[in-house]
Amino acid sequence: MSHNHNHDHDHDNELDPFAARVRALETILTQKGLIDPAAIDVIVDTYETKIGPRNGAKVVAKAWVDPDFAALLKRDATAAIGSLGYTGRQGEHMQAVFNTADTHNLVVCTLCSCYPWSVLGLPPVWYKAPPYRSRAVIDPRSVLEEFGLTLPDTTKIRVWDSTAELRYLVVPMRPNGTDSWSEELLADLVTRDAMIGTALAREPA
Amino acid sequence: MNGPQDLGGQMGFGPVAPEKDEPYFHADWERRALGVTLCAGAMGAWTIDESRHARESLHPADYYGSSYYEIWIKALETLLKRHGFVSDRDLAAGKAVDPAATPKRVLKAENVPDVLAKGGPCDRPVATPARFKAGDLVRTKNFHPTGHTRLPRYARGKQGAVEAVRDGFVFPDTNAHGQGENPQWVYTVVFDGAEIWGEGADPTLTVSIDAWESYLEPA
Repeated sequence: MSHNHNHDHDHDNELDPFAARVRALETILTQKGLIDPAAIDVIVDTYETKIGPRNGAKVVAKAWVDPDFAALLKRDATAAIGSLGYTGRQGEHMQAVFNTADTHNLVVCTLCSCYPWSVLGLPPVWYKAPPYRSRAVIDPRSVLEEFGLTLPDTTKIRVWDSTAELRYLVVPMRPNGTDSWSEELLADLVTRDAMIGTALAREPA
Repeated sequence: MNGPQDLGGQMGFGPVAPEKDEPYFHADWERRALGVTLCAGAMGAWTIDESRHARESLHPADYYGSSYYEIWIKALETLLKRHGFVSDRDLAAGKAVDPAATPKRVLKAENVPDVLAKGGPCDRPVATPARFKAGDLVRTKNFHPTGHTRLPRYARGKQGAVEAVRDGFVFPDTNAHGQGENPQWVYTVVFDGAEIWGEGADPTLTVSIDAWESYLEPA
């Protein structure tokens, strides 16, 4: 856009229209005493710095090294995940689904943006957008290829559409060659996408 | 409702286009949008079901033309107006002009950690025993309600198998409309890809939904 226009205004005070709309709404609610702007700061800080896919990675790594924990995670994921201190909003009712040599799991919410916030944090834009939500249930293989994941034709694909209040965490398979690895090192192999099902766990370098 | 949100199996939206090292927020206003939405919800005037219904009630052109945080804010304005917290005059002025209804509570900064850690569990006791058990064959209802529902169109009138009996959960189809929680048993029901998509379906595909009991009939 050209900036050679001939009028006088203060660009520092300009917001794009949607930013202005959100600011107006926050202003109105604050002036009416309905919200506390400092609460917004705490919420944002929580999801920007405290709750994210590192939580889920620790859950998966523990399940890889601790069979008792893995069994509990399979039976009662909410309790297992809660035992590591991860609870709360959009993680109240958790279900863990385990990839096997035969079956790959993929999680979607076709109807909105349901996502396990307590273990993965806020969802990425693509998870909430129409291309993924429309295609994951009908053509998951081509979706996975867009993430660089080509599964063997014989691998079964199970898609979990999060239509109710259960939130799904995919437990990817533990990479080969990691037998002697610590839980901490293993957690570094577990990416957000591996826990949605659009990737596998990273291979050791 | 058969609204713009019901995306499973729709075509024409193009590739997924994941963004490498995607940030949590793409603009500062998205941070405020998240926080305003959660703080407003914490007033306790509406349920998560009502807020989902407000989002899917956007005009389809508006829904598809909006980012998800834009959808949240547009729906939030609807909810705030419906419940008497904000008026059109407030929004036009960009500041508080009219008085507001009294909220049940206001979320203060010091209470945020506890509120987020507690969440909002939706499981409830159900007075009747579960009608189905794991392994039962069921058929989903074929219906097209004009109000909120969580049975996607692609999974209506289809035969599947109950894989798991979950808990009793608040029934969104009534709760979204202020008609009570009416909890029901929820089941994970799994369908063969071919049952849903017919000819040309991926033969290795199974798809599951979580279905409230009244969505299901014995097959």
